[in-house]
Amino acid sequence: MKQALVLGIVAAVAAFLWLPAAAQVTDPTAAEFDKFREIMEQDNPAELFEVKGEELWRARRGPKNASLEQCDLGLGPGVVKGAYAQLPRYFADADRVMDAEARIVHCMITLQGFKYEELAKQPFSSLVRTPEPVSLVTYIAAHSRGIKIAAPQNHPKERDAYETGKAIFHYRAGAFDFSCASCHGVDDKRIRTQPLPNFTKPEQAILAVRGWPGYRMTGGVMHSLQWRLNDCYRQQRFPEPGYVSETLSALLTYLTVNANGHVYRGPGIKR
Amino acid sequence: MADPMKIRATLQGDVADVRVLMAHPMETGQRNDAAGKPVPMHFIQTITAQLNGRTVFAADVSQAVSRNPVFAFKVKGAKAGDKLSITWQDNKGDKRTDEVVIGAGS
Repeated sequence: MKQALVLGIVAAVAAFLWLPAAAQVTDPTAAEFDKFREIMEQDNPAELFEVKGEELWRARRGPKNASLEQCDLGLGPGVVKGAYAQLPRYFADADRVMDAEARIVHCMITLQGFKYEELAKQPFSSLVRTPEPVSLVTYIAAHSRGIKIAAPQNHPKERDAYETGKAIFHYRAGAFDFSCASCHGVDDKRIRTQPLPNFTKPEQAILAVRGWPGYRMTGGVMHSLQWRLNDCYRQQRFPEPGYVSETLSALLTYLTVNANGHVYRGPGIKR
Repeated sequence: MADPMKIRATLQGDVADVRVLMAHPMETGQRNDAAGKPVPMHFIQTITAQLNGRTVFAADVSQAVSRNPVFAFKVKGAKAGDKLSITWQDNKGDKRTDEVVIGAGS
């Protein structure tokens, strides 16, 4: 009797442990893509954009003929190592929460004298052109490889951004009456063969952060999170969000804070 | 115009394992742009690698190679401190050379 009870408990514990793991492996297509990604990651062309970004970071450019080496990414002017893992964060000089690309664009404007309107004109990569902020973000992100995500929530505006981001994430509207949460707020959803992570859960929220910025093999284009979120808005049939706007920084704060404590692996590769 | 390559050369005994990523559009000439006009061919034609100035690897490449390609090869008789330089040239005459010191980390 006692033995049977113990066995029952063991079985129950085993089932509990086994279920979440099984939910991850049962999708053979996803497992194949993971294998493929692992192989491709060894020679990820994202590294080309990393090298290009470093060149851009050090070069004296723009109307003010200055480099970005004095740009403060949150850990002090010029400190790149580990900065990406602690973004988005609040910046007193801009009096707002900024994600990595927003901060880079801010520095390009304040230090180098570029115009926002020009940078926002064609902010996304195409077959023929990779915008400079995308390469710069890739460079910054690469210097947080292997570091734990730790987006701060100390400043009231950072907590505010989290709550705003959460509200945006759950806001249903548009022609499809969609929210981000419609696809990314529940477990085990998928679009075609692609499983959709549930970003409200920490262990899955990291998937929103980990692969980005990412090199997309279809077309061979480097993309940043600004592009990804813009595309989410398009897929929801929402009005286009402003490039590096506070709206997107808030949404990124929500996603990144949810992923806090998980290791960032550097720029990723997408199929 | 040409963007930098990323070269990795790691030593195993006296054999250097070289992996190089090149930034290049590698247009086949068979694609049309958004306006429906054919995009002209633009691809890397030759790749050469030199170890301390001596050619150790040379390749002719066609349009069949992907955008931003990766090449990997092994060089025998290499030692730490050797200079490895890699050059590509494309069909428009554009070229790029990058150099690494073997064993100085990736």
